[in-house]
Amino acid sequence: MWSLSHIANEIHRWLNDLFNPTWALIIEMVMAGVAVIGLFAVLGLVLVLMERRVAAWIQIRLGPNRVGPFGLMQSMADTLKLIVKEGLTPDGADKVMFNIAPFIAMIVAMLLMAPIAFAKDFQLWDLNIGVLFVTAVSSLMVVSILMAGWSSNNKYSLMGAMRSGAQIVSYELSAGLSIMTIIVLTGSLQVSDIIHAQNNGWWIFKGHFPVWVAFVIYIIAVTAETNRAPFDLAEAESELTAGFHTEYSGMKFALFFLAEYINVFIVCAIGATLFLGGWMPLHFGTDNAFNQAMDWIPSSVWFFGKTFFLIFLIMWFRWTFPRLRIDQLLNLEWKYLLPISMINLLLATAMAILGWHF
Amino acid sequence: MFITNYIKEVWGAVKSLATGMKRTIYYFTHHKEIITQEYPDNRDTLVLPERFKGEVVMPHNQDNEHRCTGCTACELACPNGTIKVITKFDLTPEGKKKKAIDKLVYHLELCTMCNLCVEACPSDAIKMAQTYEHSVFDRNQLTKILNNPGSKIMEGVE
Repeated sequence: MWSLSHIANEIHRWLNDLFNPTWALIIEMVMAGVAVIGLFAVLGLVLVLMERRVAAWIQIRLGPNRVGPFGLMQSMADTLKLIVKEGLTPDGADKVMFNIAPFIAMIVAMLLMAPIAFAKDFQLWDLNIGVLFVTAVSSLMVVSILMAGWSSNNKYSLMGAMRSGAQIVSYELSAGLSIMTIIVLTGSLQVSDIIHAQNNGWWIFKGHFPVWVAFVIYIIAVTAETNRAPFDLAEAESELTAGFHTEYSGMKFALFFLAEYINVFIVCAIGATLFLGGWMPLHFGTDNAFNQAMDWIPSSVWFFGKTFFLIFLIMWFRWTFPRLRIDQLLNLEWKYLLPISMINLLLATAMAILGWHF
Repeated sequence: MFITNYIKEVWGAVKSLATGMKRTIYYFTHHKEIITQEYPDNRDTLVLPERFKGEVVMPHNQDNEHRCTGCTACELACPNGTIKVITKFDLTPEGKKKKAIDKLVYHLELCTMCNLCVEACPSDAIKMAQTYEHSVFDRNQLTKILNNPGSKIMEGVE
């Protein structure tokens, strides 16, 4: 049967026939890098268009519909415009830091791609601490934002960066605790183990109440972590013009813009992996006709379907809720999400020990 | 009690967020009803609201006469120096000097369509037109002279 892992294995075998193992490995790494960059480009184009379309439909508008059939080429045209624009560096800026910051944002996004399982047995790096790796690396996102804000030599940029720092550091806690709920239930940090544990039902069905709470908290926390509305205080266009990327233009701005969407994709992919079973088809119980019917749909379709469902959820939030104030934002985290997720983790632990889940 | 209030607060928040999300998903799934207009396509049938303000114009009658006395009230009323009144002195048939406008210069690129000049005008010489396609390739074309060449003041307007 056609599958991504099948293609990957064919390429691996073919390369090992032609070259010695070292060269084959190097070529495979380069191919993986190119594939990730290609995925980034496609995701950027698709997600920007999707965001604008969802926004338009929610606000009873039409959205982009002029460039190409149904406006599908709109984001291509925007990218072309950004490429030909001048990448300005302000006079008072710290030139080196200012120019490195967008690339750090992209590198962090690329690192986060490593442990994501896109399809059955199709994963760049199935390391045994996969989920820990993701939570650790995703907190590096704040470094690029702080660098951009600090080096721009602009008070709005600095304010945006500082807000973003406070926000990401505090919301990382509840995101981590809600991820912990699943780790407690699975007993492993490895992404493939977590997915295989959902062979007889996704955690959101098997884990009932504590997992529902963890799922809601995870979605709220990652919306805040990716700096999207209603938590987009870091860029808050009505107060801070554009926050940390006020001074950026052209392709450097595009990289920040792209990094935002890539991060949305990554957190949704992690959410889909933890709560909705990643590439695992919809299974109930073991070895029945329903499971076999579901297995006919390729695993990559399941993965991308779930991920785009979560992305839609986050876009839906963005175009529904008004922006929070900074004190409300921190109140929400420290007074509500953190205590609730701590109690929830305790509940999930008790449930895992006593075997109350399905 | 604290803990019941806390749970009530959380529950209320979740409920009100769900209400908002229900409304937006309704709009999302019923996207046939569109409130915006597809502008360049419906240029012929476009109906502008009565109070839409696009540009300051000076109406002339068929004898190429306007109602402007050159009092500069509009120039004084303008908050950002959009209007410049250049006056001259005409000789009346009795041999007296009379103030009149030579040019009324209007900078469309500076105008915010605030309508203060129209409000200030004592003789209703200027008004707001409902034009809106103002883009040009040279910004000098945005500086307009409102009175027609060779025009003069209408009889009886003081």
